[in-house]
Amino acid sequence: MTFPWLTFLGLLPILGGLLLLLPMGKGAARLLGLGFALATLAVGLGVAGLYAAGADLAVQVPWIRAFGAWWALDVDGMGLAMVLMTVVLTPLVMLAEWQPPAGRWSAQVFFALVLMLQGLSLFVFMANDVVLFYLFFEATLIPTYFLIVGFGGPRRRYAAVKFLLFSLAGGLIMLASVVGLFAISASQGAPSYLVADLAQLSIDGHVGRWLMVGFLIAFIIKAPMVPLHTWLPDAAEHSTPGTATLLVGVLDKIGTFGMIKFCLGLFPEASLWATPFMVWFAVVSILWGAFGAIGSRNLMRLVAYTSVSHFGFMVLGIYAFTQASLSGSIFYMLNHGFSTAAMFLVVGYLAKRRGSYDIEAFGGVQKVAPVAAGLLLVSGLSALSLPGMSTFVSEFMVITGTWSRYPVVTAVSMIGVVLAAVYVLRMYQRTMTGPVTDATATHFTGRDLTGLERAIMVPILGVLLFLGFVPAPAAQLVEPTAQAILAHVGVTDPAPVVKGAK
Amino acid sequence: MMNPENYLILSALLFAIGAVGVLVRRNALVAFMCVELMLNACNLAFVAGSHITGVLDGQVVAFFVMVVAAAEVVVGLAIIVSIYKTRRSTSVDDANLLKL
Amino acid sequence: MILFETIAEPVVATGMFTWAWTMIAVPAVVAGVLLLAGKLSDAWGHLLATAAVLWSFAIAVCLFGHQLFADAGSRAVVAPLYSWFSVGEWSFEVGLLVDQLSILFAMLITGVGSLIHIYSIGYMAHDERRRRFFAYLNLFIAAMLLLVLANNYLVLFVGWEGVGLASFLLISFWQHKPSAAAAGTKAFVMNRVGDLGMLAAIASMLAMFGSSSFTDVNAGAHGLAPQWATMIGLFLLLAACGKSAQVPLQAWLLDAMEGPTPVSALIHAATMVTAGVYLVVRSHAVFETSPAAQLAVVVVATVTLLAGAWIGTSQDDIKKVLAGSTMSQIGYMMLAAGIGPAGYAFAIFHLLTHGFFKANMFLGAGSVMHGMNDDVNMRHYGALSTAMKWTFGTFAMGYLAIIGFPLFAGYFSKDHIIEAAFAQNTFIGICALIGAGITAFYMTRLMLMTFFGEKRWQPGVHPHESPRVMTIPLVILAVASVVSGLVMNNWIQEWLEPAVGNHAHEVSLVPTPVGMATMGIVAAGVVISYLVFGRGSIPVKAPATNNPITLAGRNVLFGDQVNDALFVTPATAVAAAVDATDARGIDKAADSSADAFAGLSTQVRRLETGYVRSYALTMLGGVLFVGVVLILSQLG
Repeated sequence: MTFPWLTFLGLLPILGGLLLLLPMGKGAARLLGLGFALATLAVGLGVAGLYAAGADLAVQVPWIRAFGAWWALDVDGMGLAMVLMTVVLTPLVMLAEWQPPAGRWSAQVFFALVLMLQGLSLFVFMANDVVLFYLFFEATLIPTYFLIVGFGGPRRRYAAVKFLLFSLAGGLIMLASVVGLFAISASQGAPSYLVADLAQLSIDGHVGRWLMVGFLIAFIIKAPMVPLHTWLPDAAEHSTPGTATLLVGVLDKIGTFGMIKFCLGLFPEASLWATPFMVWFAVVSILWGAFGAIGSRNLMRLVAYTSVSHFGFMVLGIYAFTQASLSGSIFYMLNHGFSTAAMFLVVGYLAKRRGSYDIEAFGGVQKVAPVAAGLLLVSGLSALSLPGMSTFVSEFMVITGTWSRYPVVTAVSMIGVVLAAVYVLRMYQRTMTGPVTDATATHFTGRDLTGLERAIMVPILGVLLFLGFVPAPAAQLVEPTAQAILAHVGVTDPAPVVKGAK
Repeated sequence: MMNPENYLILSALLFAIGAVGVLVRRNALVAFMCVELMLNACNLAFVAGSHITGVLDGQVVAFFVMVVAAAEVVVGLAIIVSIYKTRRSTSVDDANLLKL
Repeated sequence: MILFETIAEPVVATGMFTWAWTMIAVPAVVAGVLLLAGKLSDAWGHLLATAAVLWSFAIAVCLFGHQLFADAGSRAVVAPLYSWFSVGEWSFEVGLLVDQLSILFAMLITGVGSLIHIYSIGYMAHDERRRRFFAYLNLFIAAMLLLVLANNYLVLFVGWEGVGLASFLLISFWQHKPSAAAAGTKAFVMNRVGDLGMLAAIASMLAMFGSSSFTDVNAGAHGLAPQWATMIGLFLLLAACGKSAQVPLQAWLLDAMEGPTPVSALIHAATMVTAGVYLVVRSHAVFETSPAAQLAVVVVATVTLLAGAWIGTSQDDIKKVLAGSTMSQIGYMMLAAGIGPAGYAFAIFHLLTHGFFKANMFLGAGSVMHGMNDDVNMRHYGALSTAMKWTFGTFAMGYLAIIGFPLFAGYFSKDHIIEAAFAQNTFIGICALIGAGITAFYMTRLMLMTFFGEKRWQPGVHPHESPRVMTIPLVILAVASVVSGLVMNNWIQEWLEPAVGNHAHEVSLVPTPVGMATMGIVAAGVVISYLVFGRGSIPVKAPATNNPITLAGRNVLFGDQVNDALFVTPATAVAAAVDATDARGIDKAADSSADAFAGLSTQVRRLETGYVRSYALTMLGGVLFVGVVLILSQLG
């Protein structure tokens, strides 16, 4: 057996996190944490290299035989995209939160929790066994809870408990479905929780629908879709920008990731049955999130609401069942991670200087801190999917792919594209332009972004721009996943109406 | 040979006395003794049962109970002594901090 | 449908044409360098930026020369660059199409762009953020060239949004002014509404043809179902309306005058706002398949040409008069483009001449403002013809060109459109004719208020002529305003024939009856304007009026009010409602269920008295209960 790279990849940061819980000096702790994050990044890139070289990375060891649970890890294109996003974002988040807010827990704890969260999330994205997935899915809540409660804003306890309760409620419903899967699997021979085995079962009819709905509710809460989204704005508002980045950029992806891998992968028939509902549900989320962002008076809430809107697009693409839309959704998941990271981190920089996240507290910042303003604008442009940014490519794929199947629905969802311009530019206008206010002059004069802060933004915006102009590698990475899922569901793309045009 | 059921009746009586003692007496030491009484009532029942069925299991269990009782005495008396040291009282009603 | 099959396939680029991509890349890279280098490049940034545009212009001229001497069949050249991405059956290539249509645009953009860069060196000399201004201008040039040189709709869309971004950045260039920042946002958002049309059109093309390249769409258009042809046509029209400030998406253009004047000249007069016309002409095959969509274009264009002219008559801000005029002139172009094959060449013809004379007049207005301490109110001008001779002289050329004075540029291009309109429909023709009269009226008003009459200068204002670096571009543009019509009149139809599929028909220099009528109407407009504004004195403050026509014109036909009532207010209300629902609906439900549990546990908590004896009693009770249940179940 070859070296279990995937197990190593997930365990490395968890090990680092545990190590960081030992008493040590603050400087050493941070360097150690960053070292582990960078090592994980290196291993992650190595895994990507192996994947590209066609190596078989799958790990499959029996774990609990009575349940048919396996320690099974594997990555496909989608999984690898999520893994790469996670390993790249984590060290950047650490650098951005090098100095956690005063009066909260220490940087050492922050780094330890971030590393553990990273490891658990990596396992979530790599798990190829439903029980394993479920366990890590729930386990990610623990470090996240402490990240919010230990470092957040004034109402952090409320936000953390709210986050935990929403997530646990979803997890509990999912647990019922997981148990149900066992019953079905056991009734058709030896029980197995392997995704591949379960996918063979073709669980149709009412049972399949109920089980699928169980999974779906958990993912809807996770990926927050209206009306189960209200935990997200609070959690984002009352946590630090780094935590919010990991929460929205990485953890919430588990929702859409799960929809594709488990809802579509295990219950194709039931997923098709849910399509009309989910498509409209997604449209509601898109518009609701956009209006929520327009109505936000707090920058972190605003970014959180934009994510609700973006998740709507991802879900729309998933349930449109075309290659373009599904590939676009997966690509969107990747881009959104970087785009929200950019937004949250820049907002964090601004708030660190101003001491407030309120939009009203800013004004005219552009004049005294042009670099901060420029980066906020570029991040905002990535959120509104301007061509040249990778977000445009994914949004375009989702919209055109969905259009070929549901033109009317897509047309309604496209209102979200206009609203995106409204919320981004209004935010920019209200915070960055206009005459320099007294508060801005006090807090920002001579305090434009530091070299480190700029350097953190370089890889994030670099990825967004690079994939905007050269999206082919990412598109090729995610397309096989989309193809496999569509083949499994048994749906083919609509053919062009006019024959012989091409 | 006495009817073995009489042992069980005696055991039930002792147990009831012990239980009532725990419930009504405020003195921790007395309550503690009542607990011991209940345990020994159980022992009696076990031994009687063993005698009735002719299987040794009951007697074995009785030994276990004695061991548990001995351990309990050690811990319990230690607690009572430490409470007495801090509060100068062995009334169980004075130690009512076990609430929100 | 033989028409489409006669279009020669573009040949693959060789030689000179493989350099075409540098036209876009050089300004784009320079823009990036200037933005990233920061203050380091303050000293030479503007020169580098100007050199970049001149480079693009040189390439464009060389390519044009190459095409001019090539035989007609091999003029259209496609230069594939790289494969952008592919998904499913769709693949998206980045490639440039240098054909007869796009090269004219490329020359207009880079030519006028170069002049405006040079002009801006003087105009922005004292602005501390001049480097950034030039970076944005270069960004615009790159995006605009990408727009017109793209060989498929998706890449066109990238340029389309890119110019929107550049336009946003430049309109709100003076960000410390809240009005400028608001104007930029407004322009971007309203453009985005148009972009939806573009996105929907591309999505429909992909669904219909499986491709978004011009070749495939034009080849397949005749196979479209009528309703889809109409839909795609309307989507494209929506896109064109947003970018070209056509009714109902016109409201942003007047606010866009908040930007520095060279920006208004380049983006909001000569190039970007005409992208809608380019789009319609480029998509001619779609529109020819759908008479309904063509009709829609004609209606929108006619309404806009009258609305723009109306606005032009009542504004006092010199730039806003010119902006209204731009709307109106683009209306003419759209009208020609909507008429069909007979009009395409004229649309492009007018677009080019308009690009020259309107850029000329905007830069002239900038020169006037430069001498008047950045005052834009024409009521504070007057008698500037002597103070600013060069500006006046060049502006006068532009004026004569736009009103259609014989043998000036507008005379040829506009007359053709009016004639084509009459050939199409008498009513439309009359509207176009009236528009020409109003144009003459408001342009004469502008001339009289600015350059003639008595001095109404504000205290402390000492008008002076602008430096050479500003007047030389004016002179060049003035020359172009004079001669471009004459030069292109007989040539352009034939030149554009392969690209737009029209059939050239003879145009003569001898005025036709319609041409005579136009001249008459224009003369009437000039005379009426002179009678109103040329004789009496002009009040320094706009006189109060109850005249609904004037009021509507001053308020830009209440476009903002309509938008506020129809979109802004409802959207704000919805946003507030969403906020309230989240806070008081969903969160309230979640929180109150938590509160309910908390309340319940408060009650249950009372059972925990802390008395050991009560716990013991509870235990005993529980044991007895279980025992009783067991016994009873045994009995049962």
